[in-house]
Amino acid sequence: MLIRRAPDIRPSEITDEEQYLSRREFMVSVAGAGVALAVGAGPLSGQAGRIHGVLAADDDKLTPYADVTHYNNFYEFGTDKESPAELSKGFVTRPWKVKVEGEIAKPGDYDFDDLVKPYQAQEHIYRHRCVEAWSMVIPWLGFPLGELIRRFQPTSRAKFVEFTTLLDPKQMPGQRYDVLPWPYVEALRLDEAMHPLALLVTGVYGKPLPNQNGAPLRLVVPWKYGFKGGKSIVRIRFTATQPQTTWNVAAANEYGFYANVNPEVDHPRWSQARERRIGELFKRKTLMFNGYAEQVASLYAGMDLRKNY
Amino acid sequence: MAGGRGGLPAWARPAVWLGALAPLAAMLWLGVTGGLGANPVQEIQFRTGTAALVLLLVTLAITPVRRFTGWNAIIRLRRLVGLFAFFYVALHAVTYFVFDQSLSPGLILQDVRKHPRVGVGFLAFLLLIPLAVTSTDRMIRRLGGSRWARLHQAIYLIGALSVIHYLMIVKRDIRLPLAYAVGFVLLMAVRVAYRRADERKRTRQAAAAGDPAAAPAPSLDAARAPSRVAG
Repeated sequence: MLIRRAPDIRPSEITDEEQYLSRREFMVSVAGAGVALAVGAGPLSGQAGRIHGVLAADDDKLTPYADVTHYNNFYEFGTDKESPAELSKGFVTRPWKVKVEGEIAKPGDYDFDDLVKPYQAQEHIYRHRCVEAWSMVIPWLGFPLGELIRRFQPTSRAKFVEFTTLLDPKQMPGQRYDVLPWPYVEALRLDEAMHPLALLVTGVYGKPLPNQNGAPLRLVVPWKYGFKGGKSIVRIRFTATQPQTTWNVAAANEYGFYANVNPEVDHPRWSQARERRIGELFKRKTLMFNGYAEQVASLYAGMDLRKNY
Repeated sequence: MAGGRGGLPAWARPAVWLGALAPLAAMLWLGVTGGLGANPVQEIQFRTGTAALVLLLVTLAITPVRRFTGWNAIIRLRRLVGLFAFFYVALHAVTYFVFDQSLSPGLILQDVRKHPRVGVGFLAFLLLIPLAVTSTDRMIRRLGGSRWARLHQAIYLIGALSVIHYLMIVKRDIRLPLAYAVGFVLLMAVRVAYRRADERKRTRQAAAAGDPAAAPAPSLDAARAPSRVAG
């Protein structure tokens, strides 16, 4: 369900984040133009500064910047929500190397800035649904993962793309405990990765990505639970077989490879039918594929989503 | 019963009130100043749950402390601590009923049935209600000391359910809930050890008296029996 933001949106409906306010006028003026382009089959290489992506529904207000940056699951910087903002303060994200390898024509080590230089980061306002049954609406700054994948020319054997987070217990104190098998690894099927909604993200709210949100480079897959979005990525690997992903390895009965947002398939220990939108007191209904069913359901045609959770 | 070390000092009761209300005061203060973070409902659920668990463990610690120190009057604080534990459990449950399930009985029942961690917590909550209801002097008299004591042994089950409930909530990092579970197990172990010691003592005394029926009442049962609370 994609409902474009009304052009005459009231200022009160948007976040009060100061820096963001200055962008609001611009955003509103191009929002209508952006939506049609962004979703579905339309070309994705928009003009500079265009606001792309799925705008959340009318009643989806942006989650304030302070919450987006201070309520984080980033176990490399601690397992509670507040510690990533605190413990990632000195995290060094430059220079930053990303290794691209596996089933592709052009493997190599890339400097982060060189890697993302060819792409125009654009704004994509996505719903973000955590497996813990809370959600946000976040204006990411990024570019479609598919554009990067095309550049590296996957071979015909490539069926999956794997994303590995930095392993550095000196900088990432959470990695000194084996709450999860480090480093954090996430992966997508290649066709999922090529979907125009799947993003590589370098910023949020018009600013460079804060460390606690996965600087300098993270994955955002809005129709999946948040943990699929690997942060602080240092390796992108193309594989023929399904990679082992961290949460799936840690607790296979609770976290599947697909992890598509699905209100009908509960986590074994809690319901996924409803979610608490950060900033709201009462829970609201969770939407199939986090509200992106129209765009992505066809990726899973014929699959038993109860089995492939 | 052994002599003990005098009565309850004047500060004891106010100290319990202060200590037990501190988590509520902190929540109110943080709520007013916006300090409950991005997800205040979850933060309140965490804080009320933690306060309930701590107070529950304190009630379970009172008998061992009494035995260890010989300060018998401390038993007279137990009901107050227990009622505060119930108070936080009730707040914990109410935030769940209201904010998580919008007071829908259908949603609540479904959640309780489908998800063991919710079921376990719900059961602990239900079991605690009769204990709170029978905490008055009148109810103690109506039930009689030994029946009352048997009913209130449910607290051991409630304690076990509570630490399991907490262990089942966390996704991966079980250090904190595990600490509470270990605390609970240790308190239970101390109880078992005291009970065994009492049994040995009773056997010896009975043997010395040559009449098993004349054995004195076990002191742990006496400890569990309610004592009158002034005021």
